[in-house]
Amino acid sequence: MNNILEVHNVVKRYSQHTALNDVSINIPKGVIFGLLGPNGAGKTSLIRIINQITGPDEGHVLFDGQKLNQQHIKEIGYLPEERGLYKKMKVGEQLLYLAQLKGLSEKQALEKLKEWFIKFDIKTWWTKNVEDLSKGMQQKIQFVATVLHEPQLIILDEPFSGFDPINADLIKNEILELKEKGSTIIFSTHRMESVEELCDHIALINKSEKVLDGEKNEIKERFKTNTYNIKYSGELLTTSNDFEIINTEKIEDNFSSSTIKLNSGTPVNQLIRQIIDQVELRSFGENIPSMNDIFKMVVNETID
Amino acid sequence: MKNILLILRREYLVRIKKKSFWVMTLLMPLLVSGFYALLFWGVFNSREVQRVSILDESGSFTQKFKDSEKVKFEYLNLPIDSALSRLNQKRTDIVAVIPKDIIEEPSGLRIYTGKGVGFEIQGKIERIIQNEIRNVKLSKAGIDQKVLEDADVDVSSKVVVVSKEGEQKEQNTLASTVLGFITVILMFSTVIGFGMQVMRGVIEEKTNRIIEVIISSVKPFQLMMGKILGVGLVGLTQFTLWITLTFVLTTVSSSMLPSQQIAKAAQEQMSEMPQKDKDKIAKKMEQTPSDAGKVMAFIQSAKNLNIPLIIGCFLFYFLFGYLFYASVYGAIGSAVDNETDTQQFMFPIMLPLLAGYLIGLMTAGQTDNKLLFWASIIPFTSPITMMSRLPFGVEPWELILSMSLLVISTFGMVWIAAKIYRVGILMYGKKPTFKEIGKWLFYKG
Repeated sequence: MNNILEVHNVVKRYSQHTALNDVSINIPKGVIFGLLGPNGAGKTSLIRIINQITGPDEGHVLFDGQKLNQQHIKEIGYLPEERGLYKKMKVGEQLLYLAQLKGLSEKQALEKLKEWFIKFDIKTWWTKNVEDLSKGMQQKIQFVATVLHEPQLIILDEPFSGFDPINADLIKNEILELKEKGSTIIFSTHRMESVEELCDHIALINKSEKVLDGEKNEIKERFKTNTYNIKYSGELLTTSNDFEIINTEKIEDNFSSSTIKLNSGTPVNQLIRQIIDQVELRSFGENIPSMNDIFKMVVNETID
Repeated sequence: MKNILLILRREYLVRIKKKSFWVMTLLMPLLVSGFYALLFWGVFNSREVQRVSILDESGSFTQKFKDSEKVKFEYLNLPIDSALSRLNQKRTDIVAVIPKDIIEEPSGLRIYTGKGVGFEIQGKIERIIQNEIRNVKLSKAGIDQKVLEDADVDVSSKVVVVSKEGEQKEQNTLASTVLGFITVILMFSTVIGFGMQVMRGVIEEKTNRIIEVIISSVKPFQLMMGKILGVGLVGLTQFTLWITLTFVLTTVSSSMLPSQQIAKAAQEQMSEMPQKDKDKIAKKMEQTPSDAGKVMAFIQSAKNLNIPLIIGCFLFYFLFGYLFYASVYGAIGSAVDNETDTQQFMFPIMLPLLAGYLIGLMTAGQTDNKLLFWASIIPFTSPITMMSRLPFGVEPWELILSMSLLVISTFGMVWIAAKIYRVGILMYGKKPTFKEIGKWLFYKG
């Protein structure tokens, strides 16, 4: 079984609206999976179903091939978008408590906590009340609480919000390290640059339906427009049916920049050959859509 | 189950570690035993010796005022002005002026004092003069002393409860009423107090947003039950400490007053009475309605109450009454985002509690009151109202009926509350209406 999680035809309805409409998603083991979608698309509903906070009205979810059940709770770590800890409780006590709720014994929890406190260099926080910590520090504590029980599946909802760039990097490296160790990470965010950076797979939910799903690079390939950007000196003319020039602009005295669309079926090398015959080529690059472009494109498409 | 215990432990420890818990726990028994001690001291241990000067213009009361440990009498033969100046010179505390025509005009007695006169001393002086005037008047009318003594009967009663089996039990209605009042008030305030703690706890978790982390680990029902039971255990801990501490402290404070001192005080009361009464009083010491005697009788009758039964029932009714109402409070807490939004839900929950409280207090002792009876059977009010009936004796079948109804409806209420809670904790934003909460009951998973 290569999928850690399989969501099959899940439907979730609330009295006023349908939050998830026949959603199916497969999440392979050991990847960072981006769960994307605009606000109110149904991401949180899906996450709550995976966490067994609510159940689906129709369809089912398989965890590692088994129907999702109470046993899986300790295999999942969840960092909700809205963070929260008991304000008047000591950091150490609180983490021990949360770990025990996830099924660790007090002794196990203590051992693991020690490692994390050394790793993050936060030993002095143990006896502090949570309310005495800064927001960023609280986020770190919450991150530790999410991954402490070494779950197979980690669900992070906007994990970087509230972190300064340095701590965001720290968390990013932790996420990558967890992936190295074999955990699967579901990563829900609006920040496309971190999707670009981290995710292997993505699924895009819009208006309660899954509209896009697959490996990130494959999706990018799919959304490619077959256009190229070139910089050159000289004058470029359309000499064949193989390509067309979409636009050209002069950037410096003797340099121009053009966007070229390659007609399907023509190998790239042939295009380059035709160009260098005419001009002095300075740079050549393929236009690959960013996740941001794809996101906007798909979401706007479904609006129309 | 393991999860419920984990949550229970946290909820319990968090509250036990608070300073306010210990302040309340220690303050209550101190107040109670302090009051108890004050009662003793007030009766048996009077203030300093009072010097009373008697200015007897009538001349009929020579040698009638006898010194006691608390009061020293002196007879003055001075004009009123110079007698009163003795007050300013602090040579006496009280000046009693008995006018010439006291026998004809008994309201002519004047008592002068520099700093106020105790009710006791005023009464004592009045009593002595009253006795003497009566004697004088009666012998003038030709009534023999013997007849007088005979006619001076002292009526006092004892309430005896006859059970169906014919068993007779003496009862002091005052002690029962007092105990009923105390337990009703205590039950009312603790059910509300600990219920509110559950509600605040739920709201705290919701506004903290830790709720989502926790219910991704445990079921909402487990979280709710863990919290309710944890807070309930805090309540039971507090009661246990209260009962133990109160018992220890009252025992200590009453043992600080040696019994001979109590006897002496009683004797002193007797010595102040006219000699002719003494034999009679010695005969029926128990019925003497002296202050000390009254307190002794009260304490004695309080000892006759079935205290273990009442404590046992109190703990039972607290536990289930608390569970019943705490689950309602928990459900309310889950439905709102902050405490100010709870107002509209508070009224319906306070209504039955207040009804039980008022019925319990106002109809206390009316053993055949139908309203009191039903209020002590119906689960909404029974935890509070039954406490008012218990000291007066409750038929076992009534107690069993009331308790079983309470247990059954507590399970029902917990079930309903869990359904509301499960949905409510994930709802943010709009304040829900009763109708919406009603719908939550029928939501699936």
